[in-house]
Amino acid sequence: MGKVKLWIDGQEVEVPEGTTVLKAAEEAGIHIPTLCYHPLLRPSGNCRMCAVEIEGYRGLPASCSTPVAEGMVVRTNTDRVRDFRQETLRAILRDHPRECIACPKNQSCELQELIAYVGIEVPYEAPTEKRFEVKDGGPFFRRDYNLCVRCGRCVRICNEVRGVGAIVFKEVEGRQEVGTPLDRPLEEVGCQFCAACVDACPTGALTDKIPKWRAEAREREDSFCPEISDIVLSLYDRYRERESKSSICPYCGVGCRLVFEVQDGEIIRTVPDPSGPANKGLDCVKGRFGISEFVHSPDRLKTPLIRKNGSLEETSWDEALEAVAKQLSKYKPDEVAVISSAKCTNEENYVIQKFARAVLKTNSVDHCARL
Amino acid sequence: MTNTIEDIGEASCILAIGTNTTDTHPVIGTRVRRAVLNGAHLIVANPRRIPLVKHATYFLQHRPGTDIALLMGMARVIVDEDLHDREFIESRCENFEEFKKSLDAFSLDFVSEVTGVNAELIRRAAILYATHKPSSLLYAMGITQHTHGTDNVLATANLAMLTGNIGKRGTGVNPLRGQNNVQGACDMGALPNVFPGYQAVVDENLRKKFEDAWGVDNLPGEIGLTLPQMFEAINSGKIKAVYLVGENPAVSEPNLEHLKNVFQKLEFLVIQDIFPTESMPYAHVVLPAASFAEKDGTFTNTERRVQWFDPVVPAPGQAKPDWWVTCEIAKRMGASGFDFTSTKEILDEINKVTPSYGGITYGRLQMTTLQWPCPSTDHPGTPILHTQAFTRGKGHFEPLTYKGPQEMPDEEFPFVLTTARSLFHFHTGTMTRKVTGLNIIRGEEYVEIHPDDAAGLGLKDGDVVRVVSRRGAVEAKALITDRAPKGVVTMDFHFSESPVNVLTNPAHDPVSRIPEYKACAVRIEKR
Ligand code: SF4
Ligand code: SF4
Ligand code: SF4
Ligand code: FES
Repeated sequence: MGKVKLWIDGQEVEVPEGTTVLKAAEEAGIHIPTLCYHPLLRPSGNCRMCAVEIEGYRGLPASCSTPVAEGMVVRTNTDRVRDFRQETLRAILRDHPRECIACPKNQSCELQELIAYVGIEVPYEAPTEKRFEVKDGGPFFRRDYNLCVRCGRCVRICNEVRGVGAIVFKEVEGRQEVGTPLDRPLEEVGCQFCAACVDACPTGALTDKIPKWRAEAREREDSFCPEISDIVLSLYDRYRERESKSSICPYCGVGCRLVFEVQDGEIIRTVPDPSGPANKGLDCVKGRFGISEFVHSPDRLKTPLIRKNGSLEETSWDEALEAVAKQLSKYKPDEVAVISSAKCTNEENYVIQKFARAVLKTNSVDHCARL
Repeated sequence: MTNTIEDIGEASCILAIGTNTTDTHPVIGTRVRRAVLNGAHLIVANPRRIPLVKHATYFLQHRPGTDIALLMGMARVIVDEDLHDREFIESRCENFEEFKKSLDAFSLDFVSEVTGVNAELIRRAAILYATHKPSSLLYAMGITQHTHGTDNVLATANLAMLTGNIGKRGTGVNPLRGQNNVQGACDMGALPNVFPGYQAVVDENLRKKFEDAWGVDNLPGEIGLTLPQMFEAINSGKIKAVYLVGENPAVSEPNLEHLKNVFQKLEFLVIQDIFPTESMPYAHVVLPAASFAEKDGTFTNTERRVQWFDPVVPAPGQAKPDWWVTCEIAKRMGASGFDFTSTKEILDEINKVTPSYGGITYGRLQMTTLQWPCPSTDHPGTPILHTQAFTRGKGHFEPLTYKGPQEMPDEEFPFVLTTARSLFHFHTGTMTRKVTGLNIIRGEEYVEIHPDDAAGLGLKDGDVVRVVSRRGAVEAKALITDRAPKGVVTMDFHFSESPVNVLTNPAHDPVSRIPEYKACAVRIEKR
């Protein structure tokens, strides 16, 4: 593929043909604010936040959807561009509620970042129109379309990347709003609860629900002062340290790599890892919402148990292991069998079959691959 | 899989048979849907109208257990229409003439009659698969969980070889493995007939190799028992003790009622798991295991990709990684060769004794992932199998004859029961049933039943019915839907309250020993 040379803010840049102006600028280390752009999606060019000046082009083209051309001269930071961005952002904010402090996205919200970067003052006068009711995204997430900025990222990712098309843009009282066909619950429109839409949403419109085991803390706060419990909890949450760790989904054979957000030894959330070679930023409902609750389930086995007088009683590792070793030593090779697990690691399966063959002297070792 | 997950996006035609990919392997389902959005053709062959059908060019709704007929019928069309890849067959394969003769038995009329699929539809689908190359074939448990599952698998391979759809991007025969490390468990020799890396236990030289590597003598040379055989041997009193790691056979084995009695016969049962399971009442010792989130090691996914992972949280209570527990037992039995102090050390040993994992070392896995075979540390891994030759040299065409399900519907048991999986649960539900949200969306078992059949039985949606087979009965709510054709009813098997495997037929494939989960005869009783 040929290379194309262009100038961005006086800087010479060379990129492959077909690159967008936005990507070319990124490569040159020049930041252009965006909103509807998302790396997993085809550019839609509908928010105009990424507008730039290009010599010989009329108006201010959207850099996210304009391909580079040889000799192009781009300016990303002129007065005209800056004015335009401020106007555009003001228009977007006109009907955005002013409740950042209680919003689950507070401080990780792309809209807040835009405001800071573009440099406008938020008119402190809340929109007065009537509010939409907050909807469920099944048991897993909530959809508060009052916070929606109509960037379309959720609709596009559901359609383009997931191939589902559960959510659409539709006209409500003369305006484009996101929703489901005929306002049916997500369960009925083919939603897979993969949360790709949630992860793509730049604002607090789509967010994870507070999982059950943390709802208790919420209840306590509520009984104390319901008006500010949201705020207290979200602030508290932010001051707890959150680590991101990476591992593999334990469910199906796809082997999705997931990022685990961990607080105080507890998995708070799992999101797909864009660098996972098998999943490339995708996952499904089981990986996204089905892990932390079983890992931290109170039902987990925590101590070795041994049968005494007919019932299983707690014991020490030492006693349990001795009992197993002693008992298993008693049997002839064709009297024992070992069942390994398709949930165990390679290393564990290796050790288990080695144990069967080298210690118990039997090849009667199998696992549930068949199921 | 012979090819990679990403590779599915390169196919011009995708044939998905016996796999409800969007529910069982959602991320692969996404790739298929995306391929279709980008212009690929999709053929879905499934007894049930699964969600992928929406995206399909052709939908072949064949009766459960008639896969051989369908696949051989398609092969016959391809040969009759002269669409087979002569060059590939000649240079890469053998036994084509024999195979061709066996196609004589599969006239379109016969195939259409057996499968219940319109002959013209089969013809068109076959032509599409043969002409829109590269074509990728995906299958899952709908192919393997039959008494003739091995023949089904051979039939898929025949079709791919016939059209030269092997060894190139966007092609392949791609089984989708159910559990996250089924592939790895097989690779590591958790099978009765092979050491790690599919090295046969009956081969004296290989035994010698492992005896040397492990510092032991007299490794057993006869093939051991498979899972179903183990249960038979427990029942007959031959097997007296079982060491059971991280499994839950009380729900997942076929013919559950029978199994309960079997477990009671054991003199000694050790269970090592993360949760108390339905098998626990029969255990003599229970050992608490760490879950994946609390340990490190490698998993091998369905595309043969080995990935390293680290712990993300500490283990609860005294739970320990399975490898540690097994090593402790071995050491206490006086064995040497179990002094591993980390998973890295175990992987080092795997590298030494497993040729296909020879180059998949701890060091490399910290930077990247590798697909086996990867024999040496300078080998890049193998994303696509059989690019130059098949493992055994030439691809062998297998002549096949038609075999249907072992148990056919009759007057007493007029329906075919097939089992399925829900997107929202996993396997026997030991993990997913602990998740509130997943239970809210899907919290109980249903029997899916066709509207006409429901009308015949006087059933309404939500009525509780008894599903009865020759082996037992379970209760569940009726869900009236035309996803499956008349005469076929469907249940999942995630719910221990409605243990479907009480009903299923333990008859299994003579080679793979996989039980026939996908077809058995039942009757429906209104309550
Ligand atoms: S959860 Fe997934 S399927 Fe459901 S609307 Fe969001 S993106 Fe679409
Ligand atoms: S819900 Fe979020 S992602 Fe969807 S259009 Fe609104 S702001 Fe954008
Ligand atoms: S996230 Fe879903 S698709 Fe990915 S490995 Fe887990 S269960 Fe499979
Ligand atoms: S980011 Fe370019 S138009 Fe929205």
